[in-house]
Parts: sequence; C-alpha cells; structure tokens
Amino acid sequence: MSLFTLQDVTVAYQKQAILQDFNLSIGEGELVSLLGPSGCGKTTTLRLIAGFLQSKQGKFLFREKDYTKVPVNKRNFGFVFQNYALFPHMTVFDNVAFGLRQRKVSKASIKDRVLRVLDIASLKGFEERFPAALSGGQKQRVAIARALVIEPDLLLFDEPLSNLDANLRVNMRVEIRRIQQELGITTVYVSHDQEECFSISDKVAIMNKGIIEQLSDPATIYRQPKTKFVADFIGFKNFIQFDSRRQETDGIAATVQGITLTVQQQDNDTGLVGAIRPDDLRLYPLDAAPMTVENAVQGKVLISTYLGRSYQYEVKTSIGQFTVNDDAAAAPLANGQEVVLEIPKKQIVLVD
Amino acid sequence: MREKHIGLGIFTFLVFVFLLGPLVIISFTSFEQGTVLRFPPESFSLDWYKNIFEVSGFLETFKVSIYLSLAGNLLALLIGIPAAYALNRFDFKGKALLEGIFVSPIIIPGIVLGFTFLRFFITYYQLPIYAGLFIGHTVIMLPFIIRVVSSSLANFDFSIEEAAVSLGASRIGTFFKVVLPNIKSGIIAGVLIAFLESFNNVDISVFMTGPGVSTLPIEMLTYVQNYFDPTIAALSVVLMIITALFMFFVERLLGLSYFTKR
Ligand SMILES: Nc1ncnc2c1ncn2[C@@H]1O[C@H](COP(=O)(O)OP(=O)(O)O)[C@@H](O)[C@H]1O
Ligand SMILES: [Mg+2]
Repeated sequence: MSLFTLQDVTVAYQKQAILQDFNLSIGEGELVSLLGPSGCGKTTTLRLIAGFLQSKQGKFLFREKDYTKVPVNKRNFGFVFQNYALFPHMTVFDNVAFGLRQRKVSKASIKDRVLRVLDIASLKGFEERFPAALSGGQKQRVAIARALVIEPDLLLFDEPLSNLDANLRVNMRVEIRRIQQELGITTVYVSHDQEECFSISDKVAIMNKGIIEQLSDPATIYRQPKTKFVADFIGFKNFIQFDSRRQETDGIAATVQGITLTVQQQDNDTGLVGAIRPDDLRLYPLDAAPMTVENAVQGKVLISTYLGRSYQYEVKTSIGQFTVNDDAAAAPLANGQEVVLEIPKKQIVLVD
Repeated sequence: MREKHIGLGIFTFLVFVFLLGPLVIISFTSFEQGTVLRFPPESFSLDWYKNIFEVSGFLETFKVSIYLSLAGNLLALLIGIPAAYALNRFDFKGKALLEGIFVSPIIIPGIVLGFTFLRFFITYYQLPIYAGLFIGHTVIMLPFIIRVVSSSLANFDFSIEEAAVSLGASRIGTFFKVVLPNIKSGIIAGVLIAFLESFNNVDISVFMTGPGVSTLPIEMLTYVQNYFDPTIAALSVVLMIITALFMFFVERLLGLSYFTKR
C-alpha cells in the first residue's frame, strides 16, 4: 500500500510550469530517490511534498487523507536541508529539542528523546556545542537528528551530502541508510549523484524536465533503462537509431542503414533506439578479428585516449560513431587503424 | 612609494586635527574657572560641570530628549523591524520605491523635513507639540533602524525559518524564536544609533519645539545666545562621552555579529 500519492499536480513559478500533471506514489517504509540533472524539478517536488509549495491543481494524498491544503507545520514531516539550516543561536541539544518543544512534550521526555536520537546520530557529547563549532559532517548529523526526533511520518532530504567532501559523503550515506532502515521511516531523497542514489535507495525515480522518466529499483534502472534520457544519464554513451525491428527466433533483428544487428530481448521493450555502454563494446584489429564476433561492424579509430586503467577510443563506422572503453587491449590501437567493432547482443538495450 | 606613504600620513594627521581639534579645545575650555571660554585654560575647576545641574532647563529638557528618543525608538522599532524583514525576505512590486521612501529622511536635508513637519503636523493638523516632536523623531529614527536591521537580515539564512516551520512552529512563533534572536545585535545597534540621531537632533526639533517645550540641544542653543560661560563646553564633553560610549557598544555589537555568523 502506498503511503502517499501526488496526483496530477502542477507547479509553476511565474508563468513557467516546472511540474505538469505530475504523479508519484511511494510505499510505506521505502527510501525513494529523485535523481536528475540540476534544474529538473527535484527540489520543487520535495518542497511540494513538504508543503512549502502549493499545487495549482491535483491532489496530495497521505495515508488516504487529502493533505493538499495541510500547512507545513501540521504535516509532521522531517526536512533535511542542503545547507543544514541549523539554528545558529541554539546549542545542538536545543536545535534537536526544537520540534519537541513545539509539540509541548514534557521536559523529562524531551531530554530522553533528544539524547536517544543524538546517540543514533553518533553525536553523544556534543549537546552543548553551537553549530558554528561543528564540522560539516557533524552539522549534517544534527540536521538529521533534529528531523528524526519528532518521529516524522515522512523524511525528506534535499541533496544533504552535496556540501561534504567525497570520503565523508560515502560514510554519511551509509549512515543515512542505516538509520532509515533501523527506524523504518519512509524517505524521499533528492540528489544529482547517481552512485549516491543507487547505493541507498529501494527505488530511484529518474527525473527530466519535470517528468519522471522511470521509477524502478536501482538494478532494473541500471540494466534496463526505459528511455534514451535515462540510458544517457546512467552511462550508456552510444546510441543507434534503428530504422526497423522484427522478432526472430534468436532475438530481435534491428536494422539500420541496411545493416542488421541482433538484440537479445529484454523484458518487453518496444523502443527503436539501441543503447550500449562504452565498457560493453569490444574492438579488434581488422586482420586479427575472431570468427565468433557478434554484431560485427567495420570501422576506423579516430581518437585514442589513455585513461590509465584502459584506453578510450572514438570509432567511426557506417552506422555512426562509438565510444569504446577497452581494457583488454595489450597493444593499444593506433589512430586511423582499421578495426572490427563487436556489439554484444546481450548488451544492447532498446529504449524509447 | 615611500614618500607617498609619508604624504598620506601627514594628510591623515591633518584630517584628524581638523576633525578632533575643536573637540579637544572644547574639552580643555570646560575646565576653565573663569566665566568666559578661554584656550588654553588659565585655571582648573569642575564648577561648570556642577552648573549643568543648576541650570534648570538642562535637566528638564534632558528628560524630554530621553523620553522622546525612547518613545520614538519604540515606534520606529515596531514599524522598522517588520519593514526591514519584508524588504529582505520578499520580492514584490514597488520594493525599490518603498526602500527609497524609508531611507529618504537620511537624504532630505533636515531643515526641509523640519519645515515640512511644522507646516503639516503643527500648523495644519494642529497637533500638540509633544505629538509633533514624537512623530518627527520617529521619522528620523526609522531609516537608521531599517538600515541596521536590514544589514543584519542580509546575513540571515532564511532557510532556517523553513526548518522551524517544518518542525512544527507557526509563522509568528518562528519569527520570535528563530528570526529575532539572530538579529538581536543588529536591533540593539540600530536602537543605539537611532537614539543618538534623535538625542542630538537640532534641525527637526528646532521647528517642532514650542512655548515651554524644548529638547536638550535646542535648550543649549538658547543658552549660548544668552551666556558665554563654559557651561556649554562642559555639557558638550558629557554628551561626547555618552556618544562615544554608545558608538563603542555599536561597534562591539556589529563587530560581534561577524563572529556569530556561520
Ligand atoms: N523561486 C523560483 N522562482 C523561479 N524559478 C524557480 C524558482 N525555484 C526554482 N525555479 C526553477 O525551477 C526549475 C526547477 O528547479 P528545482 O526544483 O530547484 O530543480 P533541481 O532541484 O532539480 O535542481 C529550475 O529551472 C529553476 O530555475
Ligand atoms: Mg535542487
């Protein structure tokens, strides 16, 4: 059963619509990420859920109740801001206690609950510090503790790790996931970092220009992107626009400019665009290509770039240009060399 | 390069002499025992400091000035804090115009303002003298409150307001629990600056005072028209010290706010 549903909501700044007839539904206890390039409407979606923004039309249903007009301070959602937004004039203890004081919780109980949540957030002993005397990671943990202590019905994160350095980011995302699972709080997590989203989420929603292009578990998105945008966003750098496709016994035969490639059927995709990752392509010198090469296409190396662990080649063929990462090549291929490009049939994903 | 620095040093020194010289001279003459201003003083006494308290007008108008500053400050705060908040928090049509109106009393010559107030508050609306003074002083204090509070709010991160609301606080509650405590030093500094502005004001007050009602600076003007003794010098020294103290606190407050900022 879904915990909340956004139903055909529309948000516009001035005259420009950011979200149009937008739909999103999230199940109880899930951590769902909104992932997409900057400006695609992730923050807008999150602020709409929090109640900072009002939808012009449509509905926000929470546990089957209409929350569309419920003000922010009556929603009991925890919000963790990108810049932490701690109260600079309050100690860590008072920051965390703030939400409980608004709820008129008794003094003894406040102390209990604050200390417990500070313990969960690994902040024991920092009660009397002011935010100015904390590191970025500690500030973020206070922000999380402050949102957790009110036992929110929903936890919202807006790029919570983007101000931290790389090592800390990895540690913090593991902690966020641990806490989320320990307490079983339904969470919406916004980020533009693919690895971050994939590593902590039950489901990822890939957003583009105010639209969710795909909402699935990370592995499905990784293996079977539904649209060209999603494929491109998660690292499929090569695209073939096929002219036609037909079902064969050993897969789909897709044709482009008279050349037919075999694609192993995945799911029930209907697209005409073949997407392939640079890592999944193989290159052989023209005179040394084995007989078993799948979907062989002849081409020429345009540019070869040394990447340390592998070489990256730009290869020109009659069906377009391809980017290939080749870590197997003992002897690197030279610019201008004639090659055979192998496009393994399992590695082609047909997207819309 | 070096010569230039020396030239600059001399220039700076001259500016200081020009600005502070009169203050130093006044301070010295206030200790003169004789009945005329003399520099350098030929004797030493604190008689004229005692005389401040013996001239009945001074004590009385000192009280008027204090009450006026306090009451005007209160009203200026009640208008100025919400105004500064709105100007910093929201974007709206006519914002620049409103900002211009709020700071205009700093730009318009005091004598023009004073005369305008006289024409309207006193002559046209027939307001009692105290009411006219009160409104006039509020008007000249308001821009200082708005400007100083605004500069505090410019450093304020409004997303902490949203944090407070998301944790269950009402909008009003958020203002008092989260916004006010963070701009406190700006407010106090604004109050001190506005207080001085009102307390030392001559050009507005001179139009608004009337029979039997005066402020300290106006009373001092009247006094020097009749007497030449060093009482005014002594009083000036006292006022200078008060001003310096206030400015010291302002500096401490605005300076400290840099450290409380993240
Ligand atoms: N207050 C605002 N006024 C006008 N446009 C805005 C405002 N906030 C965001 N936008 C625009 O809305 C779009 C989506 O913004 P946002 O939801 O913040 O994107 P994201 O969080 O995915 O980077 C962007 O094009 C942005 O420029
Ligand atoms: Mg954003």
